[in-house]
Amino acid sequence: MLSQQLVNGVLLGATYALFALGFTLMFGVLRVINLTYGFYFSAGAFIALFATRQWGFSIWLALPLAAIGSGLIAVLLDWLLLTRLRAKGAPELASLMVTLGAVLALYSAMTLLFGPDIRRLPPDVIGADALVFAGIRVTQAQFLVVGTTAVLVLALVALMRGTRLGVGIRAMAERPDAAELMGIDTARLAALVSFLSGFLAGAGGVLIGLNFNAIQPYMGEQMMLRGFVVIIVGGLGDLRGALIAGLLLGVIEVLTAGYLDSGLKEAVAFAILVAVLWTRPSGLFGQAVLRRA
Amino acid sequence: MTSLVVEGLHVSYGATEALAGIDIRVDSGKTVCLIGANGAGKTTTMRAVSGLLRPRAGTIRLDGADIFGMRANRVAALGLLQVPEGRQIFAELSVADNLALGAWLVRDDAEIARRRDQVLARFPRLRERLNQLAGSMSGGEQQMLALGRALMGAPKLLLLDEPSMGLAPLFVEEIFSILADLRREGTTILLVEQNASAALEIADYAYVLETGRITMQGPASEIANDPAVIAAYLGG
Ligand SMILES: Nc1ncnc2c1ncn2[C@@H]1O[C@H](COP(=O)(O)OP(=O)(O)OP(=O)(O)O)[C@@H](O)[C@H]1O
Ligand SMILES: [Mg+2]
Repeated sequence: MLSQQLVNGVLLGATYALFALGFTLMFGVLRVINLTYGFYFSAGAFIALFATRQWGFSIWLALPLAAIGSGLIAVLLDWLLLTRLRAKGAPELASLMVTLGAVLALYSAMTLLFGPDIRRLPPDVIGADALVFAGIRVTQAQFLVVGTTAVLVLALVALMRGTRLGVGIRAMAERPDAAELMGIDTARLAALVSFLSGFLAGAGGVLIGLNFNAIQPYMGEQMMLRGFVVIIVGGLGDLRGALIAGLLLGVIEVLTAGYLDSGLKEAVAFAILVAVLWTRPSGLFGQAVLRRA
Repeated sequence: MTSLVVEGLHVSYGATEALAGIDIRVDSGKTVCLIGANGAGKTTTMRAVSGLLRPRAGTIRLDGADIFGMRANRVAALGLLQVPEGRQIFAELSVADNLALGAWLVRDDAEIARRRDQVLARFPRLRERLNQLAGSMSGGEQQMLALGRALMGAPKLLLLDEPSMGLAPLFVEEIFSILADLRREGTTILLVEQNASAALEIADYAYVLETGRITMQGPASEIANDPAVIAAYLGG
């Protein structure tokens, strides 16, 4: 029972981690709290929904398509909403307000277009049979969740740590002006970072949709609350922190639901957030790994 | 042979004018220094020339090409490289990564390796610290890194904004001896300094900037002997 719940918790946490990675990447590099981020998550789920339902795509095609689509939406929204503010050096509050307004408008537009009802991916989109191992059940959907998360996390770490491009992104995160003086086209790298973060959020949206089989426009909004908990607990801009905090949150939620009351999930998550902020204001791991190597 | 020609450069921060139309010229192979008190507009001049600031009016030409209003990354691609005020090294990256970033626009690995060897020969201290985080080095070492990083880009024109700022006397001496080497090798340099006596000693030509205006200019040796300059900047 406990081990099954731990497995479920890790699986849930994997999607939280994926979602939070994109969020913390965007914040850490672009230094802006972009509240439209949650929308990319909903967008990813809806793209996958249409790809599978309307066009009959398999999940193997729908998943990358949704991730890429969400990435492009992220680039577009960042360009539309934030380029001007960045150029003018507007205060952080300005981007917060602009993106808050934008994301509310986007969710309502989406609700208007697709309705508020919960939608589901086609039942045959992934095999229903589960693998039972030492009494622990893992469905194919859950395998896809962990597998995708693992691949994306490793790819992101390899990009940031092991490539010239990653070094450029980290340089830009620390000192955009100095990076520009090196000849780095920071506007182009910022677009790339937006794309990557949208990609991660979109993939996360598909995976949650798959795992819970429930897709609706405001799903990204509910995810944003957890996203905040994870990136703050993990340390803003800290990729490793987001990964660990995401997994922890998943486990804690599942255990709270299993042993206390599922209605307490959010309360526990936020109690942890407050406790962490009180005791360690810069996150559990104390420093931003993206910027501080 | 001209290198940098700046004419009628105006820069404002909002309503306040920081540069009220200045003319500066740096001929190829020369070292030109710009001296002035705090807040005179020296950094503003540097940032406007390198493209980090958008000037309000004027012309800026690099080897005849109009670079006015061009973004800094494109100006850098033309070979105008700035070592910014306060060094601005990437503290959270290794020394090796900082140097590699200086050659961001170079695609040829062999060329990058060749330049790195040259830079490390010039700054032997950096070699021992290649894998160290840049931010963990002393101020003087960081300034050498900032200079080495710019040299990785093989500058046609090197802009230096107060390279001796906040350094211990020994490091100041070392920095100026390196600048003298660069000058001897024919590097074109525009140097901003508060340490006016040292700057005037290595420069060919000098400008004096006062609250956004050039108030005096001439061969560095003449400026160094001008009574007004001695009184105001050389502690005379
Ligand atoms: N970002 C800014 N916003 C508003 N005013 C600024 C800004 N940067 C500089 N200034 C003002 O412009 C003027 C010139 O500043 P600048 O930094 O160019 O001087 P400086 O000669 O480099 O001085 P220092 O020797 O202290 O480095 C000053 O009056 C300064 O207060
Ligand atoms: Mg200055």
